[in-house]
Amino acid sequence: MIEVLVKGLILVMVLFGAAAYMTFIERVVLALFQLRLGPNRVGPFGLLQPIADGIKLLTKERFQPANIDAFTYWLAPSISLFVALAVFAFIPFGGTVHLFGQEIQLRIADVNSGIVLLLAISSLAVYGIVLAGWSSNNRYSLLGGLRGTAQLISFEIPMGISLLTVILSVGTLSLPEIVEAQRGHWLIWSNPISFLIYLITSFAETNRAPFDLPEAEQELTAGYHTEYGGMKFAMFFLGEYVNILVVSSIAVTLFFGGWLGPYDWPVIWFVLKVAVIVFFFMWVRATLPRFRYDQLMSFSWKVLIPISVINLIVTAFFLLVVK
Amino acid sequence: MRKRLYQVWIYLKGLLIVMKYAFKKPITIQYPEERRVLPPRSRGRHYLTKWTDGYERCVGCELCAIVCPSQAIYVRPAQNEPGHAHSHGERYASDFQINMLRCIYCGMCEEACPTGAIILSGEYELSGYTREDLIFTKEKLTEKYPGESGRDPKREI
Repeated sequence: MIEVLVKGLILVMVLFGAAAYMTFIERVVLALFQLRLGPNRVGPFGLLQPIADGIKLLTKERFQPANIDAFTYWLAPSISLFVALAVFAFIPFGGTVHLFGQEIQLRIADVNSGIVLLLAISSLAVYGIVLAGWSSNNRYSLLGGLRGTAQLISFEIPMGISLLTVILSVGTLSLPEIVEAQRGHWLIWSNPISFLIYLITSFAETNRAPFDLPEAEQELTAGYHTEYGGMKFAMFFLGEYVNILVVSSIAVTLFFGGWLGPYDWPVIWFVLKVAVIVFFFMWVRATLPRFRYDQLMSFSWKVLIPISVINLIVTAFFLLVVK
Repeated sequence: MRKRLYQVWIYLKGLLIVMKYAFKKPITIQYPEERRVLPPRSRGRHYLTKWTDGYERCVGCELCAIVCPSQAIYVRPAQNEPGHAHSHGERYASDFQINMLRCIYCGMCEEACPTGAIILSGEYELSGYTREDLIFTKEKLTEKYPGESGRDPKREI
């Protein structure tokens, strides 16, 4: 009990720190791609920038627009942050380590159907966006919320189907067992199409470029969080970045062999692999323009879903007939 | 199908192009520490230049004030007292003011000046706390010594 609490507390702290520094790293990486320097004034190499940003956001005025649905308005940012954090409870970021004479499992909840719960909870993230868009009493926010709903619903399906192929080929729903099954053979080599579909849908899941329609700056000012400021906005922001960590961690767990690596370093391989995927997220953000809304929808329903279904059938065929 | 594959290829190509830019040198100039080298004829704040012998070039003809499109220049001419001359001509500018907030740095005063007295230097860091701070008076505009503005004091105009 205490062990789980301590692990959870450490994890939350690490995630907040990581999300804060991801904003900094993202700014530096984007600057690098755009021939700029990025933030380098606060502290050595600008390393204190996230702390300065945090202080600024915490000390901002607490405001609330007129004629809003106050309860929902205050609830929405906490939903999107809570859901992003809750998903991390199921992700195994290491095997078993011996610390202070105790065996410690490097995961919080050992659920035997982890992947299903993970999908279930990560789908809840859309409520943060929808409720924020609805309660703000602002047309831009509402449009952002609507886009978020439609986008998440239609990208949830190919994501689920592509994850089914993983479950099929491993034969278990438990995340640690999926990782153990990848010892010596990462699933990306046998399920590359599933990985590609998962990667594309994870961009939509986290509302990142090129699928950042719910917060499209050019069309919707800031989309669903137009009316939010200060720490409430920061919670959406943190939620978004923790979500990136979540989808990268799931990708690492399911396709890149989780914490497994050449040496038995507990968390390091996991962190490194996640960092590579997070970098890829930033790289794509620097490259691709935003999809138009109808393109997004037709891409999901006419391209991704058929491909993922065919992929599922082919995987099932191989497992049943060929093996 | 070929079109679709081409579209996918375009996306990958775009990613590679962006990655190529990551290895180029940033073009940012870290302003207060590093400064851009300005082109030699760039126009910044004004100077009232002097001859090599220390006399003011300005003869108070007010051509700059007349030509100024934003009416930023005020010149009060005065007669040179014998034995206490400020310039080589009959007159000199007893007061000379330029409102740097009105000035559009077009350089027409410099073109109009018959003696090459008023010039636009390359200094562009003009800021002040009040509007009055930015009305440059004669003391501020006149060179402390011949050639302070960077222009050759021996030139004709």
